[in-house]
Amino acid sequence: MAGWGYSLNKDRQIDFDANDRSVYFRVIGLEPSLGKCISCGSCSATCSSAVFTDLDIRKIFVLLSRGELRDLKKHLDDCMLCGKCILVCPRGVNTRNVILTIRKELEY
Amino acid sequence: MEERIAIIGGGIAGLETASQLSKKGFDVVVLEKKQITGGHVEQWHQVFPDFRDASEVLKNWNQHEISGQIKIGIDITNINKTNGLFQIELRDGEQITANAVVIASGFDLFDAHKKEEYGYGIYDNVITSAELESFFNRKREYLIKSGKTPQRIGIIHCVGSRDEKVGNPYCSKVCCITGVKQAIELKEIYPQAEVFCFYMDLRMFGLNYEDIYKEAQEKYGIQFIRGRLSETSELQDGTVLLKVEDTLAGKPLKLSVDLVVLLVGMVKGSVNNELKKWLGIELDLFGFIKPPDAILQPNVTNVPGVFLAGACSSPKNIGDTVNDARSAVLAVEKYFNHLKG
Repeated sequence: MAGWGYSLNKDRQIDFDANDRSVYFRVIGLEPSLGKCISCGSCSATCSSAVFTDLDIRKIFVLLSRGELRDLKKHLDDCMLCGKCILVCPRGVNTRNVILTIRKELEY
Repeated sequence: MEERIAIIGGGIAGLETASQLSKKGFDVVVLEKKQITGGHVEQWHQVFPDFRDASEVLKNWNQHEISGQIKIGIDITNINKTNGLFQIELRDGEQITANAVVIASGFDLFDAHKKEEYGYGIYDNVITSAELESFFNRKREYLIKSGKTPQRIGIIHCVGSRDEKVGNPYCSKVCCITGVKQAIELKEIYPQAEVFCFYMDLRMFGLNYEDIYKEAQEKYGIQFIRGRLSETSELQDGTVLLKVEDTLAGKPLKLSVDLVVLLVGMVKGSVNNELKKWLGIELDLFGFIKPPDAILQPNVTNVPGVFLAGACSSPKNIGDTVNDARSAVLAVEKYFNHLKG
């Protein structure tokens, strides 16, 4: 088969019905302030780590709520837990604790 | 005072205009097309932002406050302005003479059939926000036709609003908060159900709207997915598959729901074209009645003696409509004071 130059693209659609959203429900149960997130991106904008890595806190929260867990763990490793994101959040989400809780729930 | 004011429309704009003009001593006649006054509000269950019963809001306008008549079941066939007097001809042959006319004929709801890709009128479990209100009102037994208790409900924002495809590029103003209100009401009936709102922006401009939005997230767990619905398809079990782009995740998303609620926007009143023909008033690009100066004289038209109140000139919520009606009363009063010199 080698050398034909054809390949299959991976499905990148979010299949909401098939995804496992239990981690999201456990995290929001332990840190309910996550429910107030309005995805404004203040956290991602102020993130020191995001300047050098793919860490995007806003997007991590979105992907978690959709049950898209594939890349979460990798990106969460880039967080330095400095807490700047908590200081800028306009909705009072305890962003650092959300990240710590996701890490725990994903069995770090 | 001898002046007689004809008010076209017996919704909240017409009733408030009539009530305030009565207090000032004008003789008013309200002409309502339907057999009942109260307009669209008469159809609603609870109103935002305080979740008060719509019927309780309507109690504010009791007929005894209005000196003059409220005529229901009226079909206007023509209006003539001659020598500063308006002659209003009715289908039954009656003629009403008035010194001024206040148009309070309101808006129509967007016809969801026009967004055929959403499946309204094609799939059983796609309904409009207006139909959901009547479900709330009538406490019907089943929301889903099969009798199933809904496990997942999708609420679709901006249906017939901000959409050039259907000719309505404007924002209808009230649907965002209506969607959040209805999501909360659904969660109160079906606490186990998951409710999703699909939106482009959430325009929570009014008093307490943002608080209700936050409460919807925090207390009721309603989920907001930023992405405009592209299309629906019905699955074999009667559920409806929604396809959106999850624009916050940057990926396409599919999700099946038991019920789709389309938040239908406001469109021009169907009578506006006739009013234009009879009275010579101007309409804007979208068919709403156009005041020559929408900022400083929102209740005055290009025809002396013809005034505007409520959503006939642009989408408005209940509070805005009541304020606009009071503003129209001031404009009417100013007009007659000016005539008297």
